[in-house]
Amino acid sequence: MKLTDAEKAMLDGGHGKARQKAMELLVRYAEALGAQRLVETTNVAGVPGSTSPFLQQHYHKSGGSYAAIFSHFDLDSDELLDVPQAVTHTCHLQSGYDPSNWQLLGATPEAFRLAEGSEAFIKDRGVEILKTCTPYLVGNVPHFGEHCAWMESSAVVYCNSVLGARTNTEGRESTSAAMLTGRIPDWGFHCDEFRLGSHLIEVDFPVDSVMDWGMLGYFIGAAVGERIPVLRGRYAVPDLIRHKHFGAAAASSGGVEMYHLVGVTPEAPTEEAAFGSRRPVATIRYGAEERRRVYRDLNSGATDSKVDFVMLGCPHAAIEQLREAARLLESKHISSNCNLWIFTSRAVKAQADQEGVVQAIRAAGGAVLTDTCSAIGQAVPPGTKVVALDSAKQTHYLPAIMGIQAWFGTTGDCIDAAITGRWRGELR
Amino acid sequence: MTAPTAVTDRTITLRGRKVVGGVAEGEALVTRDTISGWGGVNPMSGTIIETRHELRGQSFKDKILVFPGAKGSSGWSVVFHMSRLAGTAPRAMVFNEMTTKIALGAVVMRCPSVTELDQDPLDVIETGDWVRVDGDAGTVEVRKSPRPR
Repeated sequence: MKLTDAEKAMLDGGHGKARQKAMELLVRYAEALGAQRLVETTNVAGVPGSTSPFLQQHYHKSGGSYAAIFSHFDLDSDELLDVPQAVTHTCHLQSGYDPSNWQLLGATPEAFRLAEGSEAFIKDRGVEILKTCTPYLVGNVPHFGEHCAWMESSAVVYCNSVLGARTNTEGRESTSAAMLTGRIPDWGFHCDEFRLGSHLIEVDFPVDSVMDWGMLGYFIGAAVGERIPVLRGRYAVPDLIRHKHFGAAAASSGGVEMYHLVGVTPEAPTEEAAFGSRRPVATIRYGAEERRRVYRDLNSGATDSKVDFVMLGCPHAAIEQLREAARLLESKHISSNCNLWIFTSRAVKAQADQEGVVQAIRAAGGAVLTDTCSAIGQAVPPGTKVVALDSAKQTHYLPAIMGIQAWFGTTGDCIDAAITGRWRGELR
Repeated sequence: MTAPTAVTDRTITLRGRKVVGGVAEGEALVTRDTISGWGGVNPMSGTIIETRHELRGQSFKDKILVFPGAKGSSGWSVVFHMSRLAGTAPRAMVFNEMTTKIALGAVVMRCPSVTELDQDPLDVIETGDWVRVDGDAGTVEVRKSPRPR
């Protein structure tokens, strides 16, 4: 590997032990990838210092402190380190607990106290506490071509595809190391040729609704794995909510980290530009039959039409989605046999609060929660057997994690289920 | 990558590239499905939990995990890192598709790992074969039978 003088100085310990360990980890990681060098990053999104009773217990020999968890887990260092300031812009993504509603989410006081402490620890190191899987909705919008080190597969695919910034799907350890060094391996999506399309997707069914974009993403992820789809055909120009649901779904059923929509996304002004020097390895058609199959797959784990839980906000709800939920709930009340939880970021909740949207949802019996979601927080209301979801990504994960049935449909289908306690969704 | 493949006494040697060094051997657990870390694996038991995964309900603890690669959430490395702490990690990994998820996961798992092999390990290795992975040399030795007990 070729390292710059500044990088060698960090590796040699010239900037302290923690940055040295961070650089060692990045070099091991870069060598595993087969990368030749590191690249400077100015935008890191990770989960530095996140803790859990398991980690605290595991590192009790080092005192189970936040510094111990950061040293041993984040930096994979056997030595206990003093954790210094971040050297580059770093934000904290989602975590496990809503600070205003942790009891509702079933957290123990000990677990919540730990989480509060780790937030304070990381804030002291200069990390921006966004606590959301959608940093791009709340002010962290990288510029075209910016080298980023982001976690959160749904944010990564948005960053590459919609913004034209450059990031691989990083992990907790690599983002924490990047926070202390301002470096990340120069590999994959940091390189021009890696970003070119691999598969052509012929969209032969009109795709417009948020649900349809989610299903299309879910189909494509399963079809192309971690490759790069180029879409053309019958779709309306999607807004950012549709991009959010499409990308999140494609990153869950497969490992899609970038897509091109011909004539829409910044690196695909034309189909030729999207593929560059490459030729598509396959052309895949998405029509009415494929759409029916995706809908069937997403709903294959559900048999019981009695719904006792509705969860929205995966990825975290945009303000427009909270307004839509409030509108659908207007002068209604959710069933006494059902709970409605909508997850969003702290910033969007603050805005919704000012607009009266949070109060409107609460008046109908729902709750607006922040920082986490049912899958990340492993939290559903006690006794939940059947959940209704409007996110293909959450439908992919939640039944497996919590052992419950899941229905997938539109936001309207889900709100209807919350009001009636019954699933009445169907493919229209 | 171009070295010839030796076949002696039903021992097959595959040659590839080091991802993480070290040597380990054990029984192979093979799947043609990619593996999700977060939401796809319970790190406390090393069990695959993903709905519709062909290994659902099986644990990779102490196995040589042979698979196409990683998919899904960026929590991949965290889940496999936790499996190391919980003592449920595989002994070694052999895989085809390089991604940041699997590279970082292998590094923090400190798990001997090899990729870019001269034959597709999914064609050569079957669940139950005895496999020795030399991460530093980039080799994978597969003994089809008899298996040591």
